[in-house]
Amino acid sequence: MSISVRIPTILRSYTGGAPEVTAEPGTLREVISRLDAAYPGIGGRLLDESGELRRFVNVYVGEEDVRFADGLDTPVPAGTQVSVIPAVAGG
Amino acid sequence: MTTQTAGTRAPGAPRLGNARALSCRECGKTSALGPHYACDECFGPLEVSYDFPRLTRADIEAGPHSIWRYAPLLPVPRDIASRPTTEPGYTRLVRADGLAAELGMRRLWIKDDSGNPTHSFKDRVVAVALAAATEMGFKVLACPSTGNLANAVAAAAARAGIRSVVMVPANLEKQKILTTAVYGGTFVTVDGTYDDVNRLASELAGEHEDWAFVNVNVRPYYAEGSKTLGFEIAEQLGWRLPDQIVVPIASGAQLVKIDKGFSELAELGLVEDKPWRVFGAQATGCSPVAEAFSKGWDVVRPVKPSTIAKSLAIGNPADGPYVLDVVRRTGGAVADVSDPEIVDSIRLLARTQGVFGETAGGVTVGVLRKLLESGQLDPDAETVIINSGDGLKTLDAVAPAVSVPAAIKPTVAAFQAAGFDGTDF
Repeated sequence: MSISVRIPTILRSYTGGAPEVTAEPGTLREVISRLDAAYPGIGGRLLDESGELRRFVNVYVGEEDVRFADGLDTPVPAGTQVSVIPAVAGG
Repeated sequence: MTTQTAGTRAPGAPRLGNARALSCRECGKTSALGPHYACDECFGPLEVSYDFPRLTRADIEAGPHSIWRYAPLLPVPRDIASRPTTEPGYTRLVRADGLAAELGMRRLWIKDDSGNPTHSFKDRVVAVALAAATEMGFKVLACPSTGNLANAVAAAAARAGIRSVVMVPANLEKQKILTTAVYGGTFVTVDGTYDDVNRLASELAGEHEDWAFVNVNVRPYYAEGSKTLGFEIAEQLGWRLPDQIVVPIASGAQLVKIDKGFSELAELGLVEDKPWRVFGAQATGCSPVAEAFSKGWDVVRPVKPSTIAKSLAIGNPADGPYVLDVVRRTGGAVADVSDPEIVDSIRLLARTQGVFGETAGGVTVGVLRKLLESGQLDPDAETVIINSGDGLKTLDAVAPAVSVPAAIKPTVAAFQAAGFDGTDF
């Protein structure tokens, strides 16, 4: 069973316009790596040069902001949804 | 056939006055004006850049008594003052001698933004967002809100005759719920925190391309509205910059834009350039920026808010990193106060100045007092604090702390018997 990843508008040029794609479960780091293999370049939009999440990217696994969990080591089990959302909103 | 030269509007670009482009605050990449809010290279926030005209104090003073007197410095159409808007701004700057005496300060001013059309500073940012959104072809004005923004969006959309979609956490103060619902429009209460509502709005913004979420997909324009707080403070001081300013922090955009407003006035030669120090105020129950400041971080670790200051309860503040930059650049600080200190400070402001601020005002006064006690604020330097909203919207916060005496019979004897003739009031 795979996982689903919701893609923000700003990154849909990488996914051929698809708002949601699927990937194999694993840690968030592994999921992003697999996404980048399927949609070359998308990883560099999410991670900075040192391989960390960019400071204006929020990622949720299910309902949980991964910055409250284990960051890139957060497990993404089969059947869960990952949401990627630009952080420059609100207030 | 059109010929484009440097400084002219690109064909098809929205007519937004002297605004020229959007630039990324992280990586500097520029893009054309449009409904974009995050950099497509690095996700960093986009900011409006301008080609400012020559502008004099007299030009501004001849303008309307609203934020539109500064229209040449905002991303709005040139005829904005004749359009249906709530005409916010130009609120009073109160010389706060009573509060200054209580705190041992020499000269203190309160920028009292409770005097705006829906009683908070949010009318400023929404008016600018609405103007830009209309120019960019949006049909609906929407927002996630902690309450004040909900009021402002619902009212501004009603005035402009367009649909609003306003989303708030369901546990908001009842006053803010009612003062939003009264304007009509689509009103959504969400079972979750503000950060949950914000996330929902960010996802919806991707699905509804003709909806302008004022603080999401038109945020670069919206946020510019807060510069007008800085402009007005300087103009009302007699075209001078204050030495110190204390600003409440929710997303942090207000603080960052007041600083930007001061900088622009100095660059344009409208005020004498001089140093100023910017201080930020948070509630302890939601103090991610204060924590980052005290620990020397340049990023903000999100928190889950728990405070009576619901208008400041943003656990993942979008402008947090820029607040840290501004505060450190100017030699200021960020501090926080507890809920009991907030209530006490609301009462202090009311008792000494006759100004009834909302919980955010209590946070600001509380942090003012705290930073004076710690020596980080100079009591002899001219200081401005922001009261960003009206105490009538957060009555629940003060209700337990304010005593109302029992009713008496309408006789002099009853008045005297109750002790109201005394002199110690």
